[in-house]
Amino acid sequence: MTAYDNVLIRVENLVMHFPIYRGVIRRQVGAVHAVDGVSFDIHQGETLGLVGESGCGKSTTGRTILQLYKPTAGNVYFKDTNLVKLRTEPMRLMRREMQMIFQDPYASLNPRMTVRDIVGEPLLAFNEASGKQIDERVKELLHMVQLNPDYSGRYPHEFSGGQRQRIGLARALALNPSFIVCDEPISALDVSIQAQVVNLLEALQEKLNLTYLFIAHDLSMVRHISNRVAVMYLGIIVELADRNELFANPLHPYTQALLSAIPVADPVYNEKRHRILLEGDVPSPVNPPSGCRFRTRCPIADAFCAEKTPEWREVRPGHFAACHKI
Amino acid sequence: MAEQLLEVKNLETHFNTPEGVVHAVNGVSFHLSEGETLGVVGESGCGKSVTMLSCLRLIPSPPGKIVAGQAIFKGDDLLKLEPEEIRHVRGGQISMVFQDPMTSLNPVMTIGKQMAEPLMVHLNMTKEQARKRSIELLGLVGIPNAADRLKDYPHQYSGGMRQRVMIAMALSCNPQILIADEPTTALDVTIQAQIVDLVKRLRQELGMAIIWITHDLGVVANLADRVMVMYGGYIIEEANVYELYANPRHPYTLGLIGSLPQVHQDAHKKLFSIEGMPPVLYQTPNLCPFAPRCKWVTERCWQENPVLEQIADGHRLACWVDTKNGSNQA
Repeated sequence: MTAYDNVLIRVENLVMHFPIYRGVIRRQVGAVHAVDGVSFDIHQGETLGLVGESGCGKSTTGRTILQLYKPTAGNVYFKDTNLVKLRTEPMRLMRREMQMIFQDPYASLNPRMTVRDIVGEPLLAFNEASGKQIDERVKELLHMVQLNPDYSGRYPHEFSGGQRQRIGLARALALNPSFIVCDEPISALDVSIQAQVVNLLEALQEKLNLTYLFIAHDLSMVRHISNRVAVMYLGIIVELADRNELFANPLHPYTQALLSAIPVADPVYNEKRHRILLEGDVPSPVNPPSGCRFRTRCPIADAFCAEKTPEWREVRPGHFAACHKI
Repeated sequence: MAEQLLEVKNLETHFNTPEGVVHAVNGVSFHLSEGETLGVVGESGCGKSVTMLSCLRLIPSPPGKIVAGQAIFKGDDLLKLEPEEIRHVRGGQISMVFQDPMTSLNPVMTIGKQMAEPLMVHLNMTKEQARKRSIELLGLVGIPNAADRLKDYPHQYSGGMRQRVMIAMALSCNPQILIADEPTTALDVTIQAQIVDLVKRLRQELGMAIIWITHDLGVVANLADRVMVMYGGYIIEEANVYELYANPRHPYTLGLIGSLPQVHQDAHKKLFSIEGMPPVLYQTPNLCPFAPRCKWVTERCWQENPVLEQIADGHRLACWVDTKNGSNQA
């Protein structure tokens, strides 16, 4: 832990509920509890992996940190600034420091804009450069993400998925941010291209001293790129630990099940290993189960788990988990 | 050796595009035995889906065209059957599960109605019989309260459940071959593990042969008996699953395996990545299609396309280089 002393992002009890309206007068009948009290720190220069199944709130967490949604409760500190309290204009200026790359490289680039316009737009929005300067900077950025700078006049449809993801990355880097939320940046790509993009992300992190929040459902990739990993289930973090610690000694039954579900490219190993198969799907976040949220699918849950919400505690140094059975 | 259920010989499929003729499948030959699971691995655009779609004549034509080859299924060449006859094979004897469970179901039809359709068409069931059978099938793939859920629409099902419905529909007419085209790619790992387990169980209960198309070498390792790796419309390596993972020979196969981070091994090293992108072939190449991305590339690779040859029992390989000893093959 000592390597990452300065906390860059501190998230405190972040809650994000999306209201559900029904009927003619649009009365609020409930809320989707997308994120329900999440706290963690991200240190300068670190990659924090955030994993979980679809619908567990990991993308919402990423977006709420960037204030793309107004959180229902909780605080997000960037260095010493509480982003939740910022007004529109100061927040807009803060966005230079934090950027995002999206999952779908096909939907996140405007098909009617050239690469130069896409990558140059942040510069224009913050009056960082104009005219020729933008051309220069765009070329530099494309070079940085290992794309041919001569392609700046082309449109997104002329590129493959991996190349588009690089364009998205160049756009995110345009304003020299210090923090990037990577929202499943590789899950839409082919295996060999995934490795290219991950290697690029790592190289850029080293070169530009970037801090990543890496959201993914592919645990093996998360393990590869992250320093620490947080596991989310139905709006809460159930376990957080150093990468090697988490993968070697998963404590929470959900983490154990998740790890055992990873397909491993080794037929001999597959036959030996013990797999924990989870039944059913993630319950609806509109009505999360009482007590421990995982109890409906948990192989070791008992009556007590339904009554009391497990406490978030440090089980070992740097290894946090929330489960009654640990 | 079991009888060959499906034998594909020299299949060639082209697509006419404004940029020229794309050679999507280039003389692919393989076989499938009864009860066997064949994994087909490769990146997007390597021709794995097109190969299987060609066998079922599901290639949109135009622009697609099956130029040459045979696909012998139980004595008949699927590529020469009359449209009426192939329709009986499709969905009946050979059925298919597609990648995206979100878009392959009709959103404005109830699940019950969609499931009953093939039963009524292929097996001449009445509405009531089809309903009963649908309930049975949904039970088989592990959907609780099947009778009630028939009235639901696809959007009321989760992704994993939709994929289960797709599998139930594909199984409804007791097919001999199930072709699964990336059926778990859109799903979460825990749900993926459920589906893989389900397919394994059904395979045992129903004894069908499976062709599992995927780009995920992990899933294949778990499921397949034999694996075929495709690149640029060619089969470049094929072996039984233990042999392939223990002893991969083609530089592309090595690259694919190397680009996966290993969960059960302790190491943080740079991932092996295959630089560049898969090719789009506008003509039959007179070089190895992988040569531009290959780090073992030799003079000969640029001049001649290697042929798929038997190198060991049941292990076929198309490469000029001996990646094991680092020298040229004879």
